[in-house]
Amino acid sequence: MNPSRQMEVTVDELKHLVSPRALTGDTMLLNMGPQHPSTHGVLRLLLELDGETIITCIPDIGFLHTGIEKNMEVKTYTQALVMTDRMDYLNNLGNNLTYCLAVEKLVELDVPPRAQAVRVLLTELQRITSHLVWLATHALDLAAMSVFLYCFREREQILDIFEMVSGQRMMTSYFRPGGLWRELPAGFEDAVRQFLKGFPRRVAQYESLLTKNPLFIDRTRQIGVISAEDALRWGLTGPMLRGSGIGLDFRKAQPYSGYEQYEFDVPTGTHGDTYDRYLVRMAELYQSVRICQQVLDRLPAGPVQSANRKFVPPPRSELGHSMEAVIHHFKLWTEGFPAPKGAVYVATESPRGELGCYLVGDGGPKPYRVHFRSPSLAHLQVLPLLSKGHFVADLVGIIGSADIVLGDADR
Amino acid sequence: MSHLEYTVAILREKFGDRLPAVEEFRGQTTVVVDRGAIRAVCQALHEDPRLNFDLLAALTAVDFWPEEPRYSVVYQLYSLKHNVFVGLRVPLLAASAEVASIESIYPNANWHEREVYDMFGVTFGGHSDLRRLLMPADWVGHPLRKDYPLGYEEVQFTFNADEIDRRKSYAKE
Repeated sequence: MNPSRQMEVTVDELKHLVSPRALTGDTMLLNMGPQHPSTHGVLRLLLELDGETIITCIPDIGFLHTGIEKNMEVKTYTQALVMTDRMDYLNNLGNNLTYCLAVEKLVELDVPPRAQAVRVLLTELQRITSHLVWLATHALDLAAMSVFLYCFREREQILDIFEMVSGQRMMTSYFRPGGLWRELPAGFEDAVRQFLKGFPRRVAQYESLLTKNPLFIDRTRQIGVISAEDALRWGLTGPMLRGSGIGLDFRKAQPYSGYEQYEFDVPTGTHGDTYDRYLVRMAELYQSVRICQQVLDRLPAGPVQSANRKFVPPPRSELGHSMEAVIHHFKLWTEGFPAPKGAVYVATESPRGELGCYLVGDGGPKPYRVHFRSPSLAHLQVLPLLSKGHFVADLVGIIGSADIVLGDADR
Repeated sequence: MSHLEYTVAILREKFGDRLPAVEEFRGQTTVVVDRGAIRAVCQALHEDPRLNFDLLAALTAVDFWPEEPRYSVVYQLYSLKHNVFVGLRVPLLAASAEVASIESIYPNANWHEREVYDMFGVTFGGHSDLRRLLMPADWVGHPLRKDYPLGYEEVQFTFNADEIDRRKSYAKE
């Protein structure tokens, strides 16, 4: 980069975004972030303030941009999987799933029923962890410290389960195109059952701390209101859209991975404010538990990987006596598998909303182009709309209720 | 007739040869749209009461360098009422990589178009705020273009540390 050039945006370049009063000094321009604990990552907001009231809010993102989409283009389909963990770091398995579904759709690869059921189970557990972090930080931002500690206590139990399954607490890479990395370990079912048994009581405990707490209600009701039409126009999905009363959930609308077999409700709000979004996410915690229980009760037996050796490497034990297995092993780990020319788009329901993957194949073993449609980006974009006319202190609650993950927005 | 087929039929009737092709792949439909028609097509998809595509799910681009047309700007629209996705694709020549912004129809296109501009250098006519979104404001080049190399950091050893240091662009005292 040319060092003689201007290193930062000047107010001149943002003139069209602020009111004329900012230019005369009548209102104040204030930087919030990028290093600010309640911006949930590295988010910079340029605020135009009239006293305590927000006139405009200009989000500035990209501090966590790591070029994941570019990096995936030089890796094989299997190698590129590990990059997806690092996008939305509260929804690692969900990202794995979205990417795997896109690859499987592109190459028309089958996934055995057991693998699908385990994928559902683990992504629902992941949804619980993500909502727990949201609840913890949201409550902390609104000065309820104890909720934070409780939530992280429960989250730890799920992370232990993930570690048991994949060896990693967060960067799991457990789902692979064609199924799972390997069979579930012994003791997995017991660990999940034990967690599910105690968890609903814990959620009730969080609710008893917040739902009827007058301080919490004061800080969330009628704050950051968005109507159903606006929410749709601005491309909001997930709890942000459902809080405004539109029950769009891609697990129900376009089921993937066998979600159609499980019974669950899609909770919706009515007012579209921070409080309703809180209620929606709390209700979702119970629904996730419900799905997990159903999966556990009828977990099918069988293989956890597709038997299609053109895409899924053979088990180690076959290498000793099958020449064909050696060839497949060699081909898959050196070159990878080719995918046909064409583009697919897959939409899944991440804890935040619609996580889409647009994947283009060019006939070679590497993705030609991968794009992730991230819910956080869409939710950040409406921040100016949500925060207009509110106090600075409420902005913190609004950011919390949008449940953004900057790694997801910036990729 | 499914809603998707119906939509394609209506678009064909309305726009005729401004839709050069309709691509089917893995059960997904992508309508190829002429550069000049994208706003009108989006307008129709959004506002025609028979079509109801009310959510812009994704907007991105692909670079097919060195082939021509070099860029494809890709739109994914979703209809809440009919629960169906339709894809739109606008091929663009390298020499005229500009397409009309659809921000006035789908406001959330604003950031998506900024991202495409940032990453590919495709410009959007009529966009209200076409600045870089993810890269720093003073960045040179458009990273997701295929002729943009994957950058790397030179490894500094004792014998060349100072020399590499001199080339780096960070502030020196």
